[in-house]
Amino acid sequence: MTVVGVIGAALVVAGVPFFLFGTLGLLRLPDTYSRLHALAKGDNVGLGLVCLGLGLQSGSVLVTLKLLMIWVLMLIASATGAGLIARTALARGVKPHGL
Amino acid sequence: MDWLAHTFDGLLGLALLWLAWQAMHAPGLFRSVVSYMVFGLVMALIWVRLEAPDIALAEAAIGAGATGALLLSALARLKDGSDAGRLHWRHPAELVFWLPFAAVTALVLGLTAWQLPAPGLGVDVARTLGQSGVDNPVTAVLLNFRSFDTLLEIGVLLVGVVAIWSLGPAPSPIVPKMPSPALPALGRALFPVFVLAATYLLWRGSHAPGGAFQAGAVMGAGGILMVLAGARPWLTGEEQGPWRWLLSLGLVAMLAVAVAMAALAGTFFAYPPALAAPLILALEISAALSIALLMFAVYLCGRPPDHWEAED
Amino acid sequence: MFYAILACALFVLGLHGLFASTHMLRKLLSLNVLTSAVFLLLVTVADLTDPVDPVPHAIVLTGLVVTVSTTAVALALLIRLSPGGSDTARGRPEGDQ
Repeated sequence: MTVVGVIGAALVVAGVPFFLFGTLGLLRLPDTYSRLHALAKGDNVGLGLVCLGLGLQSGSVLVTLKLLMIWVLMLIASATGAGLIARTALARGVKPHGL
Repeated sequence: MDWLAHTFDGLLGLALLWLAWQAMHAPGLFRSVVSYMVFGLVMALIWVRLEAPDIALAEAAIGAGATGALLLSALARLKDGSDAGRLHWRHPAELVFWLPFAAVTALVLGLTAWQLPAPGLGVDVARTLGQSGVDNPVTAVLLNFRSFDTLLEIGVLLVGVVAIWSLGPAPSPIVPKMPSPALPALGRALFPVFVLAATYLLWRGSHAPGGAFQAGAVMGAGGILMVLAGARPWLTGEEQGPWRWLLSLGLVAMLAVAVAMAALAGTFFAYPPALAAPLILALEISAALSIALLMFAVYLCGRPPDHWEAED
Repeated sequence: MFYAILACALFVLGLHGLFASTHMLRKLLSLNVLTSAVFLLLVTVADLTDPVDPVPHAIVLTGLVVTVSTTAVALALLIRLSPGGSDTARGRPEGDQ
């Protein structure tokens, strides 16, 4: 296995805990807003690491660029989605926990 | 690493069954619909595991995306109690019926699948792929070997839209009020990306997973997003209008090709190998355009007005 | 093999949901689960051979589109059948009883 391949694999492995903690946050945190916070942050970083790792492992610039484009689109979509969910919840009168 | 793949399969299967149960019996219809959308995504993963990337793409775009948008917009228009119709065992004796019924059905299905002719048609398709005009076997089956199926399928989609239009005018307002300015901005900014992705899928279809269905579904979803983002829909329902022709373009093009080939070669849909590649490309483009518009028309849930009034 | 069993289980689950749930939207979702089960069985059978049989794949692609159009027609009917809500929100011509 080449050095680049090893770095790629390490990045993929490093991305997994972010998904794990994002999911944990989704399941355990008390209200919509904090769940969104955990999920959006964790998944964005996790997906970035996984995409970068897979790109390095593929050994092709084109595939790496495609994967990074997926990540950027996902970032935009998840930020918009999270904002939409939070604003809808607020408009429906869902109170943040502890307020 | 075999055990890893098996564990993954097992987890996917369990998730699928649980999500299916949730989709049918979760408290609250909203939860049911969201479960069904996730069900579609897990299904897409399973298609990848079963070496069916074409179906995975279509499932993600159609099964989870378009159906999800349809279900959510319908849910917003259903005014009755959201907890209606939950499962309740009217009588414990029902289990006495359901358990044997389930066992027998599963057994019969399994046995039937088991007794299907084992070699299938994979070898035949691989042998004749060279004459089909494309390199992707699924596209070859869809638009050359069994184009009749595709013709009927586009026909079914068109009949669906005709049925929906005949039910009455499209419900208004077509979109809920957006509490966030981010989605409209995103919708406008991303539309070129949708067009790019659809074109890419269409172009890929001739040699790799992708094709008219996936491209059409992505374009249709892009149109739905644009409308959600506050764009005035451009699809109108007036008679003799250009949209009716575009909606039926896919079906008309396929029928025209089929009849022309029947006149030329004597067989319905028999392409001469030299003409196969350009014919398939033309059919794919027209089918993708029609499917995109049909997907969008279906989302409106009724006949669009002859002229959309300017909003605001 | 695993996926064939899964498809059978899913089929039975969908069939049960179709009969046992009382709300139309749930019945519709059950119907969709049912079709997914059938597609899964078809593709599992296609995967048994080498090379993979593309014909069931094409049929399932066709089936997906047909499913979405039946779902859409059913939903459009359902909206117009549901009680409550204003006429225009459910796509009824005004004053039409």
